[in-house]
Order: sequence, then structure tokens, then C-alpha cells
Amino acid sequence: MNFEMPNFLPAIPEMYLLGMACIVLLVDLFLTDRTRIVTYYLSQATLIGAVILTLGQFGQPTQLTFSDTYILDPMANLLKLFALGATFFVFLYSKDYLRERNMFRGEFFTLGLFGVLGMMILISAHNMLTVYMGLELLSLCMYAMVALQRDNVVASEAAMKYFVLGAMASAMLLYGMSMIYGVTGSLDLAEISRAIGSVNDGNIVLVFGLVFIIVGVAFKLGAVPFHMWVPDVYHGAPTAVTLYISTAPKLAAFAMAMRLLVDGLGGLHAQWQDILILLAILSLAAGNIIAIAQANIKRMLAYSAIAHISFILFGILAGTSNGYSSAMFYAITYVIMGMGGFGIVLLMSRAGFEADKLDDYKGLNERSPWFAFMMLIFMFSMAGMPPFLGFWAKLSVIQALVDVELVWLATVAVVFSVIGAFYYLRIIKLMYFDKPEESAAIESSMDMRVALSTNGLAVLVLGLSPGALMALCVAAIG
Amino acid sequence: MIALADYLTVGAILFCLSMAGVFINRKNVIILLMCVELMLLAVNMNFIAFSHFLGDISGQVFVFFILTVAAAEAAIGLAILVVLFRNKRTINVDDLDTLKG
Repeated sequence: MNFEMPNFLPAIPEMYLLGMACIVLLVDLFLTDRTRIVTYYLSQATLIGAVILTLGQFGQPTQLTFSDTYILDPMANLLKLFALGATFFVFLYSKDYLRERNMFRGEFFTLGLFGVLGMMILISAHNMLTVYMGLELLSLCMYAMVALQRDNVVASEAAMKYFVLGAMASAMLLYGMSMIYGVTGSLDLAEISRAIGSVNDGNIVLVFGLVFIIVGVAFKLGAVPFHMWVPDVYHGAPTAVTLYISTAPKLAAFAMAMRLLVDGLGGLHAQWQDILILLAILSLAAGNIIAIAQANIKRMLAYSAIAHISFILFGILAGTSNGYSSAMFYAITYVIMGMGGFGIVLLMSRAGFEADKLDDYKGLNERSPWFAFMMLIFMFSMAGMPPFLGFWAKLSVIQALVDVELVWLATVAVVFSVIGAFYYLRIIKLMYFDKPEESAAIESSMDMRVALSTNGLAVLVLGLSPGALMALCVAAIG
Repeated sequence: MIALADYLTVGAILFCLSMAGVFINRKNVIILLMCVELMLLAVNMNFIAFSHFLGDISGQVFVFFILTVAAAEAAIGLAILVVLFRNKRTINVDDLDTLKG
């Protein structure tokens, strides 16, 4: 029996995050409600430290460790960086909201940190077991976070729905994994990829497994027809939790799709392309059309998230490295824009007022011209107007589709984007051309204002010069 | 001798039963949780059968992980159930209709 010491270095950020999350958990026990802010600062310091460690790995060649179950490659590195950064902003935006609702407790931050750990493991997974463990670590944290406000009827209902559907999706994913394991005889994604090359095309068990895996992935991404949880959870959860769920986990879900479908089952591209086309078109149509009918901004943004997911799917299904990098670019862009959108909702809300109705945004321009302008940037960017970041993201995905001669699909994407622009522009109309229902100025803390402004200006500046971010994504897919 | 296909059939039947249970059951959320557990057990059946017939140990290791995670999942599920019951005074599936997905 010989035991070889694994190389721990590629997983240093994860190990640091795990250790620090445990420390935050312990320190929080000894704090009173008055000193709870220490937990917040400690969590933020943890995230910054993890960002620095991840940056330290930047540009390293691809490495496998822990018996090849764990991979550090440029894609993992970049996605982790953005997942950590997004979570940093999420905690920052959430601080005041949580305080006003008596939810400013250690649980939010520790669950958030463990969730990020799950995302990082999922992003670096190179084995179906690692994919499953990362996914569950992330999902379990998110189920608990949705139910964090214990006296909130709607939130507990949303948590229950999320839990049952999420657990079912995990089971489907596992069922698919067991089929793939049965055919290829391995859990290692590279081994699976090799084995699929030697299996003949029409292997029914393999296709069966593939379908189940796609169902699991589609559920986690929130693609139609597996989207039922998205609007309910976005609407029911406290806005701070909605913000968390709608940002960084999307990067992890993208990574999961890439690892399973491209790294593992890349040999079945012809089969999964058709399924993804169907999912993407359905998401695009349903997301954009149902969003128009919503009067609640959180539900509207939920349907808009479903529509955005279809663009990520478009990029993946193109099946070229150009397509993958544009899908990644889109995922990162969506996280930056979505964070800002929900950030404004958090900014507007105060004790006893959720600011989740569209009518609450009437006349925002008169109450706070600067933040109305920020919201305008986010909405224009989501609608895909130049020169904002969202335009370049949509453009690069459509370009990737045209490159593989799926012109009809690109046309569908453009048509529905135009339909989708309606509900984004409606918010702008409400903000700029309607009379405000109340005239109180927007109150918020300084760090929140600075962060939200940075977020908004980032969408604008990155939109004016998207080359750098795009180059990073291209280099990451390589 | 029991063949691989027999094990897979049992796994598939269990999986379909639990799936049907989730969708048909309109009475009790606890039954939903039981169905989800059954689903994971069906997957375990598959993994063990494959692992045995392939002569590869990693499938059985996977099963240990699934069992552990299932326990954690059940704990969170029941915790959410308690919160839900405190708020709504019911765990009837039909009463979970405040939000319309």
C-alpha cells in the first residue's frame, strides 16, 4: 500500500477559502449583534485573499491533481476570479439590506462563502464525482440561504420548491452519470472523452445518459422547460439572496456545462447540439415574452435571466473554441449586468419596503439622477444596445453562430432580442418620463454608492473597449 | 445468475416510481422528500451494478459520496419543511401556491 502525496498547490485558493470559512463560522459564534460587522469584514477579507491567491495562479499551465479529479486550467482560473469578485460585490450590496431586515447574521456570510467554495470546486472539476460534490455544496448552501428569513412565508415556500426541484435535478444528473459510467467504465472526464471515441455512435445507453445529464445541466442553468424554479426563487427569496443566486452560480453552471458536455462528452457534440438548440430557442422565446407580462421587477429579471441563459447555450452549442469563449464572455457580462440590476433594487429598498414593483421605479430620475443613469446603463446593456457591454456579448455569440452556419438561429436570436428590448426600455420610460409616487431621496451608505457606481461604469467602460475582456476569454478557452 | 440488465431494470423502475411520486403526489411534502431519496437510491443501484460488472471500484466510492450528500440534503430539506410548516401551518403540496412559477 503506497500513498502518494498529491500536489496541493493548484487547489490553494480553495483550501484557503475552506479554512477561512471555518474561521468565520467560529468567530461569528463569539460576536454579539453589535459587533456582527466583524463577520462581514472577515468574509470580505477572505474573498480578497482568495482573489489574490487565484491571481497568483494566473497564466500557469494546465495542471491535474488529486488523482486527476481536479484541474487547474486558464478557464478555471478566470471563472474563479469572477465568481469571487462577484461574491465580494454581492456581500457589499447586501449589507444594508440585511441590517434593515434583522437578517444581518453570520449565516448569510458563511453560507455564501461555502457556496463560493462549491462553485470553485465545480469550476475545477475533472471527474464526475468532483462535479457532483461541487454542485451539491453550492446547491445546499443556496437552498438554506433562500429560507434564511425564517418568518417569511413566501421565502420558505420558494425554498421548498427550489429544494425539491433542485434535488430532483441532481438525481437526474446522477442517473445520467451512472449511465455514462456504465458505458465508458470511468468517472474521469478525460477518460470518458477517450472512451466515447471508441464506442460506436448509436450506443443507446450513452445517448440515454447524455439526455439525463443535459436535463441536470439545463435545470441548474435555468433553461426552459426546466426553468420553473427561477421566477419563484428570484421572487420569493430576500433580494440579497436573489442577488447571490443570480450572479456567481451562473458562472459555475456555465463551467459545469463546459466540463460535462465539452470536456467529457465532446465526442457526442452532434447529439447534444440539437437538444441545446431546442432548449435555447424555448428559453429565449419564453423568457423574453413572459418577462413583458411581469409587474414585479424581481420576476421580470428572473425571466430576463432565462433569456440570457439561451445566449450562453448558443455559444456552447456552436461547438467551436470561438463559441465557447463567446459563451464565457456572455456569462461574465451577464453576471456584471445582473449584479448591477439587482444592486439597484437593493439600493432602493429600505426597512419595510422591498422596491420590487415596477411602479416603484417611476420618476427615479427626479429622486436620484445618478442612480437612474446607472439603471439606464444596466437596462440598455441587458437589452444589447451599443456601446454597452451587453451588445458585444450578444454580438460575439451571434458571430460564433454565423461562423458555424447556423444563420437561422442567429436570426431567431436577434428577433427575440428586439422583442426583449421592450421590457428593458419600459423601465427606462418609467424612470425618466413618469411622475414619482414619492419624493423621498434615496438613502444609502457610501460604500454601496461607490460600488454600484463602479459596477455601472464598468459596464460602460468595458463596453467602450471590450477587447481586453474578450481577449482574456479567448485566452482562457485557448 | 442475475445479469447486469436485471439490476439496471430495477434501478430504472425505482427511478420512474419516485419520479411519478413527485409529480402525482398532491398531499404531503414529506412524501416528496421520500421520493427524492428513493431517486438517489435508484442511482446507487445503477452505480453498484456497473461497478461490479466492470470490475472497477470507483463506482462504489461514488455511492458512498451520494449516500453522505443525501443525508445532508435530507437534513436541509427537513429544516426547510419545519420553517414552511411554522409559517403556513400546513405541508399540503396544493397549498404551496403563493408563487406561481
